[in-house]
Amino acid sequence: MTTKPIAMHPTDMQSLSERSIESTEMKSPAASSVVCATNLGLTFETTDGPVTALSDVNLTVEKGDFVSFIGPSGCGKTTFLRVIADLEKPTSGTITVNGMTPEQARHKRAYGYVFQAAALYPWRTIEKNIALPLEIMGYSAAEQKERVARTLDLVSLTGFGKKYPWQLSGGMQQRASIARALAFDADLLLMDEPFGALDEIVRDHLNEALLKLWAQTNKTICFVTHSIPEAVYLSTKIVVMSPRPGRVTDVIESTLPRERPLDIRETPEFLEIAHRVREGLRAGHSYDV
Amino acid sequence: MERESFLRDRLIPIGTVIVAIVAIWYVAVIFLNAPFERDTAARNGETITFAEIVPKTMAQERPVLPAPHQVAAELWDTTVNKAVTSKRSLVYHAWVTLSATLLGFAMGTVLGILLAIGIVHNRAMDRSLMPWVIASQTIPILAIAPMIIVVLNAIGLSGLLPKALISTYLSFFPVVVGMVKGLRSPEQIQLDLMHTYNASSAQTFWKLRWPSSMPYLFTSLKVAVAISLVGAIVGELPTGAVAGLGARLLAGSYYGQTVQIWAALFMAAGVAALLVVIVGLAHSAVLRRMGARA
Repeated sequence: MTTKPIAMHPTDMQSLSERSIESTEMKSPAASSVVCATNLGLTFETTDGPVTALSDVNLTVEKGDFVSFIGPSGCGKTTFLRVIADLEKPTSGTITVNGMTPEQARHKRAYGYVFQAAALYPWRTIEKNIALPLEIMGYSAAEQKERVARTLDLVSLTGFGKKYPWQLSGGMQQRASIARALAFDADLLLMDEPFGALDEIVRDHLNEALLKLWAQTNKTICFVTHSIPEAVYLSTKIVVMSPRPGRVTDVIESTLPRERPLDIRETPEFLEIAHRVREGLRAGHSYDV
Repeated sequence: MERESFLRDRLIPIGTVIVAIVAIWYVAVIFLNAPFERDTAARNGETITFAEIVPKTMAQERPVLPAPHQVAAELWDTTVNKAVTSKRSLVYHAWVTLSATLLGFAMGTVLGILLAIGIVHNRAMDRSLMPWVIASQTIPILAIAPMIIVVLNAIGLSGLLPKALISTYLSFFPVVVGMVKGLRSPEQIQLDLMHTYNASSAQTFWKLRWPSSMPYLFTSLKVAVAISLVGAIVGELPTGAVAGLGARLLAGSYYGQTVQIWAALFMAAGVAALLVVIVGLAHSAVLRRMGARA
């Protein structure tokens, strides 16, 4: 089966030019993109028989993209993120991360992962939590200190470094866990419903902060969510998924500018994209219960 | 919420229980020791009233149940009034038992932690070792203690070490069980995090599993230190009763010195309580260092 064309829409000029430069050096077109999945499938063997979590997923994430994965629970969006992170092994198809297998990419510490829960270690202060990956990766003490200070500033938690996780609110804890994922030099940030457990006011604030952070750091972000406004507000590319089996039903390239104030969510353009996402979900029978 | 009051929340409830126990004890003393007084009076052809019996039941030399003040007097006499180096000093005997307890507790803790690390990291050890660990505790210690002493004596080991080994035999068990649970206590999400950092298993152990297991370790240590003392006392029983709290208990029962037995029992209970308190203090000190809520 040939690759579905829906996944191949490099929009901005930057990634286009990069692709052309790099493709002269590397043979495979997949090598130039951050994530490239071809006919990817994953079937879990359970006691109730095989469960297909992902089926025939074709997708390319270009450098600098902000890609949201949206769909109801059970559509495989988290599983797909875990496959990129080498936390799950695909059972069919191929996937490359920075042109390597996910395992090689993990060995090279190619990505930072932000989980649904902050998963901070309760016996470490915030700065010690952020230093955890740096300790493991063998950064010098001076560099650890410098990076902790820098990332604390990025997530606006300067002054909270000496606090323990339980002394911080849920939103601040999740910001600390984002800082932990940013502390080392991974160009790819994988975020699995990072704001799912937070209330809408905090979530709005963190969404805005995340966009700012993305603009500052120039990272590639894969973001799992089940909130339509969140997906549309944040993304340059929205991947709509549907369950049973988990598959991609639509890939929407956002036409919104990169600079996005919160009130962009009331513009007709925004509502138009949100409508298309909803249509995609409906087409995948996501609303059938 | 009201502030905790020492008088209302500690002294009154604990004091009430102690007063009740002492009162029940005195009543039991009268009824358990009265038959001896009645027999004595009957042998002498005298009649004796209840009012005359009561004070006599509390002043017997070898009572069935000594009165609390007799035990207290014996404790005072054998701790404060005797030099600690004297063979008649309870402090001397307590130290003999305590040294075996501490050595056995230390060895049991190390052994328990090492076994737990093996069980958590190695599937074969998990399958093969755990049943033996549990089986080891189904054997009555009173049955196995003399054999350990005899076997070790035959290969030239006597004194402190055989007793300590019996303490080890008892105390490693709660440490293994607690630490296996503790080292497995990190949530999947925390282990996944380590996986994304490509952390080695040594790094995962020291940075995640070990700190996570601390509350489990100290809970186990409290149990382990108390049964270490029991192990040391049991280890002293078959050695011919030379020194130690076990020896005092055995000598006391040979000569019907019930007051001495009870004094040794209270000393043992006191030492056990002290050890548990020390472990408890170490526990809260470690948790405070690990940033627990005050």
